[in-house]
Amino acid sequence: MSYYEEADLDRFSDIGKYRPDLFEKFMAWYQACQEDGALSRREKALIGLAVAHALQCPYCIDAFSQSCLEAGSNMEQMTEAIHMASALRGGAALIHGLQAHNSVNKVSM
Amino acid sequence: MSTVLPVIQTELAVHSSVDFDEKLATHGIGLRSARVDTLQVNVGKLCNQACKHCHVDASPKRTEIMTRETAEAVIDAVRRFRIPTLDITGGAPELNPSFRYLVSAARALGAHVIVRHNLTVMFETDQKDLPEFFRDHEVEVVSSLPYFLEEQTDSQRGPGVFSKSIEALRRLNAVGYGIDESGLILNLVYNPVGAFLPPAQEAIERDFKRELMMRYGIFFNQLFTITNMPINRFLDYLRRSGNEERYMRKLVEAFNPSAVDGLMCRNLVSVDWTGKLYDCDFNQMLELGVAPELPQTIADFDPVKFGARRIMTGSHCFGCAAGAGSSCGGAVVVSS
Repeated sequence: MSYYEEADLDRFSDIGKYRPDLFEKFMAWYQACQEDGALSRREKALIGLAVAHALQCPYCIDAFSQSCLEAGSNMEQMTEAIHMASALRGGAALIHGLQAHNSVNKVSM
Repeated sequence: MSTVLPVIQTELAVHSSVDFDEKLATHGIGLRSARVDTLQVNVGKLCNQACKHCHVDASPKRTEIMTRETAEAVIDAVRRFRIPTLDITGGAPELNPSFRYLVSAARALGAHVIVRHNLTVMFETDQKDLPEFFRDHEVEVVSSLPYFLEEQTDSQRGPGVFSKSIEALRRLNAVGYGIDESGLILNLVYNPVGAFLPPAQEAIERDFKRELMMRYGIFFNQLFTITNMPINRFLDYLRRSGNEERYMRKLVEAFNPSAVDGLMCRNLVSVDWTGKLYDCDFNQMLELGVAPELPQTIADFDPVKFGARRIMTGSHCFGCAAGAGSSCGGAVVVSS
């Protein structure tokens, strides 16, 4: 058995069993976030896909890949979004190299 | 509308065995036609292509094709009942020897004629003059182009189809199709290249217009988004790829009662290559004829009897009622 089950995505609402009020609030917020606004539904789906990769959440990657397709995005656009997330993660790691440099410099003559 | 909201299901999964009529009933809807303003005639299953999603299972190997006698019965119905629109489909309808007769006879009677033209048939023997033929008869041309990129289009419609389609679109543009002042209408059809729903029609139309103009200098009038129907070749694909249950669940969960009013079965009657009548082209492919109390063939057709008929349905009907709805004229509900 895998820790991640594809079918769990469809039963996400089960998490509302013990505090349905909190889950309903979450869903209202979550759905409202994805409506067309100053950003289009497609742009939001691409943001979702990028964040899903940054979080490395398999449920979100599956779901937002579908969302991007259903918003009319193609693989080139989706891959660019994934690269943005990956580059940001890489950059975020790399800039911490300065912390290492600082740490080394502090104890160096 | 939960249908276009991605990702998280708010209810437990709905199984694909949900009955379409029961679903309508829960919304207080009884599906009946409104009128008959279109005869949609499928002149046969012969096609120069064999697209992966084709609900007709059309291909170069198919032999089912409408005879001249049946074509004359169609024209007789257009004449007797002053049918406003004749919508000709296939297969590739141009490969039927009676195709040009159907177009010219219907136009002579004053009917608006729509041809569902796959673009590449223009490069088959004796079809080179199709742009001029369409122009001379003021045909509305509706052509499938699933995406503005080669990879997706060829993946669905076959290797080389995209480049031929682009060349065919240029030829249609050259005689005036898709050019604003010409009055010659060229509409394109987007359908998903896979087991997912189409995007908002207005949004993807903007993309197609921008990309086709910038990349290839091509113009067209409208883009219709059409949902892939879970029947025949597309259903085979869903089963082979393990997507059937997920796709059907997606369609059922995306059911949109406000799309029902605009369903194509409410204002057209579908005729098959033998002259038999159906509520739509999809029912035709499933051999689900019109209600048994109605005349069954074009020879016995009477629009009065068909004007408020009950529509025969199946689980595939969820495809037309999902999300923004899907018809031969694209989405039926304008996005908010």
